[in-house]
Amino acid sequence: MNNAIAAADRGYTGRKRRGTLAQVLFRLRKSPLAMFGLIFIVCLTFVAIFADVLAPYPYQKQNLVHSFETPTKQFLLGTDEFGRDILSRLIYGARISLQVGIIAVGIALIVGGMLGAVAGYYGGWTDNAIMRVMDVLLSIPQTLLAIAIAAALGPGLFNLMIAVGISAVPNYARIVRGSVLSIREMEFVEAARAVGSSDLRIILKHIIPNSMAPIIVQSTLGVASAILNAAGLSFIGLGIQPPYPEWGAMLSGGRQYIRDYAHLTLYPGLAIMLTILALNFLGDGLRDALDPKLKR
Amino acid sequence: MTEIQGKFNPESALLLDVRDLTIQYVTDNGTVHAVENLNLQLGRGETLGVVGETGAGKTTTALGIMRLIPSPPGVVRAGEILFEGEDLLKKSEPEMRAIRGGKIAMIFQDPMTSLNPVMTVDRQIAEMISLHRSVSDSEALTLAGDMLELVGIKRERMHDYPHQFSGGMKQRVVIAIALACDPGLLIADEPTTALDVTIQAQVLELMKKLKQQFNASMILITHDLGIVADICDHVAIMYAGRVVEYAEKRALYSRPLHPYTIGLFNSVPDLDEDREELAVIPGLMPDPMDLPTGCTFHPRCTFAAEECSKKKPDVLEVEPGHFVACPIRAGLGLGKPATGGERK
Repeated sequence: MNNAIAAADRGYTGRKRRGTLAQVLFRLRKSPLAMFGLIFIVCLTFVAIFADVLAPYPYQKQNLVHSFETPTKQFLLGTDEFGRDILSRLIYGARISLQVGIIAVGIALIVGGMLGAVAGYYGGWTDNAIMRVMDVLLSIPQTLLAIAIAAALGPGLFNLMIAVGISAVPNYARIVRGSVLSIREMEFVEAARAVGSSDLRIILKHIIPNSMAPIIVQSTLGVASAILNAAGLSFIGLGIQPPYPEWGAMLSGGRQYIRDYAHLTLYPGLAIMLTILALNFLGDGLRDALDPKLKR
Repeated sequence: MTEIQGKFNPESALLLDVRDLTIQYVTDNGTVHAVENLNLQLGRGETLGVVGETGAGKTTTALGIMRLIPSPPGVVRAGEILFEGEDLLKKSEPEMRAIRGGKIAMIFQDPMTSLNPVMTVDRQIAEMISLHRSVSDSEALTLAGDMLELVGIKRERMHDYPHQFSGGMKQRVVIAIALACDPGLLIADEPTTALDVTIQAQVLELMKKLKQQFNASMILITHDLGIVADICDHVAIMYAGRVVEYAEKRALYSRPLHPYTIGLFNSVPDLDEDREELAVIPGLMPDPMDLPTGCTFHPRCTFAAEECSKKKPDVLEVEPGHFVACPIRAGLGLGKPATGGERK
């Protein structure tokens, strides 16, 4: 043991490999779909951040002379019923949709994940108490639950995220609990206990990292459904208030004109679809890239 | 039952003294008597081999000492586990966490599953170190590399994941983790069962060497009498949750007394002997939910007398340090070892 300490004093380190992030990126590069997803999401984030510079018109600027215009040089993606530029609204909408999607999933993941991990790890009545509450929440349709929460909290971007997030909590709790249940029986968890790790440490450092695969996949899918859910809430007036553009709100706003002016719903729909697709590709690729068991 | 206490090796201070430990698993289908009135002593620097069939309660004993019995259904009904003079059963959970790993470390049976698959091995060793010593993360990682070198793994491999190692190397990593904080007691639960024979020998050699280097005591759980002969000082033979014979290694190998011990020895193939078939102990391990009355071994015992089914056998000291829970065999006198029981 003294040798060991002496070596530590000499400051010996054998590290020469690249860091974890670089390694993950390196492995991600091998999957073209995942790279497409990553690039799309990075671009979209960029667009969302610099919306003020990139958008050709302000999102709320009405131009009734040009209402319902199909794509032209002046309005690249056409205009809506008030003559607002759809491209500009999509660009600004990216801000809201991305924020809502990611933050709502973040809330759901943290709350649901912790609840699920605790339920799965401790089992017994803790498990029963938590999961029965989750079952009650699950028995209410997610959108309805979100409506109830949003109605209680009042409209607004932040409340929208909370409402969508909380309504998704039971899904994450179930998934995390499921994988925790199978992993806590593994011998390395017992070994971790035998070296004196606390329960919290075991959950955070040993169990959660081993159950990342289903969590990542569910989260990327979850961003998609969170965007849709937020759209639903905006549609009934509980979410984003007009004239602020949100993809879902644009989609539902254009719904009544879908027979004559399909581009009102087409472009927001495409935006949602592509974002969700990109997130799913990225999630799939990430799941593989984060798994150390795969050959480099 | 308790006369073993204190009699054995009185001059050396005992590191571990397990007294009358009784552990049960209470399930809906009945109570499993996993460990009953178990007594074990271990001096500093000594190695105790715990031998017995699957289900004899060896692992439960080990987990009991670590206070890691899954509860429910496990319950420690009675007994004391004195480690360095203090009863582990009376310790609080935070105190136990400091002892686990810091003072008592455990090596698990299967190295394939006892390492976290998504954590590099240096981090797993460093986790042990940083839990029990006040060192920075980078110091802990450096020390982890030193531990790896100590068990014969190149430092360059420290950032690798467990799946990149072979079975024997993984067990070396597990040993490195166990010894990282210089524990006084090492509990090895069948450390070589999952390894092939050549690797077994290497790993045992390594454990023997490091045990001496770190001056640790060791409890080696195994069902391989050859391993016991190789590294243990004392041997406890367990059957159905009880220690049926406890002796210094030489005494046990030269003169096994308990019928079960004799049966175990007879079932080991011998190079010098020309035998068509190995002797087996008739019958099966009893159902631990429904143990036979009296001596738990009597239904399978060739020496059984009528009283065996009625009275639980007392533990008798037939010679200094040699205890056996069989009045009949203990009373047979010293000059008559059973057939086939003779071993060098």
